[in-house]
Amino acid sequence: MAELISMPKLGFDMREGTLVEWSKKVGDSVAEGEVIAIIETDKANVEVTSFKAGMLRQVLVEAGTVVPIGKPIAVIGAADEPIDLAALGVEEAVPAPKKEAPAAPVPVPAAFAPQEPVVTQTGPVIASPVARRMADELGIDLHQVTGAGPEGRITKRDIEEYVKQRSAVPAPKKAAPPPIAIPSVVPTGEEYRVEPLSPMRQTISRRMTESKQQAPHFYITSEIDMEAALALRKQMNALLPENEAISVNDLLVKAAAAALRQFPNLNASFAGAEIHVHEHVNIGIAVAREVGLVTTVLKDADKKTIAQIAAESRELIARAREGRMRAEEMVGGTLNISNLGMFDVEHFIAIISPPQAAVLAVGSIRQVPVVKDGQLSVGTRMKVTISADHRVTDGTEAARFMQAFKVALEQPMRLVL
Amino acid sequence: MARITYREAISQALREEMHRDERVFIMGEEVGKWGGTYAVTRGFLDEFGDRRVKDTPIAESVIAGAATGAAMAGLRPVAEIMTINFAFLALDQIVNHAAKLHYMFNGQIRVPLVIRTVGGGGRQLGATHSQTPDVIFAHFPGLKVVAPGTPADAKGLLKSAIRDDDPVFFIEHATLYSVRGEVPDDEEYLVPIGVSDIKRAGKDVTLVSYSKMIQTTLEAADKLAEEGIEAEVIDLRTLRPLDTQPIVESVKKTNRLVVIEEGWRSFGVGAEIASRVAELAFDHLDAPIRRVAQAEVPLPYNKRLEQLALPQVDDVIRAAKDVLYLK
Repeated sequence: MAELISMPKLGFDMREGTLVEWSKKVGDSVAEGEVIAIIETDKANVEVTSFKAGMLRQVLVEAGTVVPIGKPIAVIGAADEPIDLAALGVEEAVPAPKKEAPAAPVPVPAAFAPQEPVVTQTGPVIASPVARRMADELGIDLHQVTGAGPEGRITKRDIEEYVKQRSAVPAPKKAAPPPIAIPSVVPTGEEYRVEPLSPMRQTISRRMTESKQQAPHFYITSEIDMEAALALRKQMNALLPENEAISVNDLLVKAAAAALRQFPNLNASFAGAEIHVHEHVNIGIAVAREVGLVTTVLKDADKKTIAQIAAESRELIARAREGRMRAEEMVGGTLNISNLGMFDVEHFIAIISPPQAAVLAVGSIRQVPVVKDGQLSVGTRMKVTISADHRVTDGTEAARFMQAFKVALEQPMRLVL
Repeated sequence: MARITYREAISQALREEMHRDERVFIMGEEVGKWGGTYAVTRGFLDEFGDRRVKDTPIAESVIAGAATGAAMAGLRPVAEIMTINFAFLALDQIVNHAAKLHYMFNGQIRVPLVIRTVGGGGRQLGATHSQTPDVIFAHFPGLKVVAPGTPADAKGLLKSAIRDDDPVFFIEHATLYSVRGEVPDDEEYLVPIGVSDIKRAGKDVTLVSYSKMIQTTLEAADKLAEEGIEAEVIDLRTLRPLDTQPIVESVKKTNRLVVIEEGWRSFGVGAEIASRVAELAFDHLDAPIRRVAQAEVPLPYNKRLEQLALPQVDDVIRAAKDVLYLK
């Protein structure tokens, strides 16, 4: 029996994805779990795998097409079975025509006609009544708005999205630029150039704004003696081939996961009238890419050995850097770790990634003067700052969590036991 | 407050009003000796005697006609028509007499009549005994039409109906009699006729219903909430006069409307509310209005087919998601 592969939903706010390329051709045989296509979401490139073995019998969208989630993109079936798209529930066998070319133009009723002549696009627009009213009140030309509703209908949500994006790009100022004092700088006449927000930057700006506006953050910084952890890492790496080496980050992931098991309230999400305490400890590792930040999720970190964490996170981070993340690797993180240690920063403060309850910001490991038993000596220290959501937890609990995290790293044999 | 059934709530309202006002009397098929087809008036004959509890012949036009006359003459009859399907036999008395006399005689005559009847399907009573033709009666000016969906509303509305100086057509639902709910004991507990009620507050989608379907709709709203969708549920309670304002206010908030009724879709409650909302809140709609209603066939006797034809919780959920543009 042939089955449809549909555009997957990756992340709770994803609405569509671009089919970047087909990894398989029609007629290729496909194993279960094999990659058949690459799609681009607003976060990353993601591989779509087949959940069924068989032959790629038909592709329903061309590479480069933007596809709403849930819409079928391919048919997998046996090599010889007849494919009846209608029976599979596919409405249109051919790729949908571009929105700009409606089959039968409908005249715009006079009451809805724009007040001023429109110099951009013209033609009928399908929009819900409330969307029309909002556009009218906000002075938005509906031709500029992309409709995500059925048959491209512009809905309230589309207008809200449009307004959000528009306000993200500052409107060019009309006032004359102030005189520039430094003579060597040649004025270009423009104060800045306008770069549209990439989908990824849009997501980051929306989510981070939401977090800072809604989650009351508080911060606790701990200084951790990393001497023992580095020594242990050296010992372990001596036993391992170079390509399986354990990083400091792997120890941090393990230590954070162990501490979360002790303080499950921090492994939680604020959800309005209730708090969701997560059963699994999934550590999100922030990975910087040129286009922006992504988080790859290491599942059940508390149940894995350091070597397992090292192997898995190496693979995850590599895929994230190359934009090849899989769907399941992008979602489900319960606590993120953001490590800027490699950039020689003493410490920093991170923004919580909703709906998590906390995030750890890790600075560099530095040689610093320390006073021990009245004696000045050289110590190896690292500063870590937790940002926690005060709706979920309080200062003492977060401080005790940090204490557990610190103890785990200062007595790292605990992580191996 | 006591937790009693819809049946007990109606019985309580009748008993309290008969004690309060001796002009109130009941009449209908088998309301006396038998205690009512749905056991609402059990014990009434002993308690109030045969002057105030009258068994009638099987002749609906007689019941409605005699009750109308008694009301014109100053009594306060509560006439029972065994099922709404039989009220068709009394349509002339109800719509041409009871509903019109006050208007046609320049206000000199009042008709403080209540006709209690039972509608709805779902009990395998066949096509002619399972109808929900509420809108037929709501079509006529001069007649108030009430259809409660909870025990508390049933009690409070029936008491208001008996105290009302105009004819009230009071529609009970055959499958609600054993539904329990909190009902005030207070003998002055009244629910005003012509006021709809927000049974559940929400912000994402407005669900409007009444009678039995309010229970179905509330169940659907619970399930939608599990998926993070907060539905606002409005119970009409009265079909005429229809209280539109809470619906309009709700749609201004949610921008989406689904109307759920047990009767047929064509020319129905959903049609009426959809057009009122289009008139009063057009610029607030973000999706086409959806109606959930009975399949347009005489209701089948076969149990499964009957359930298939009647609106179910899943139908309500589907429609709510449709107007939210959700899969």
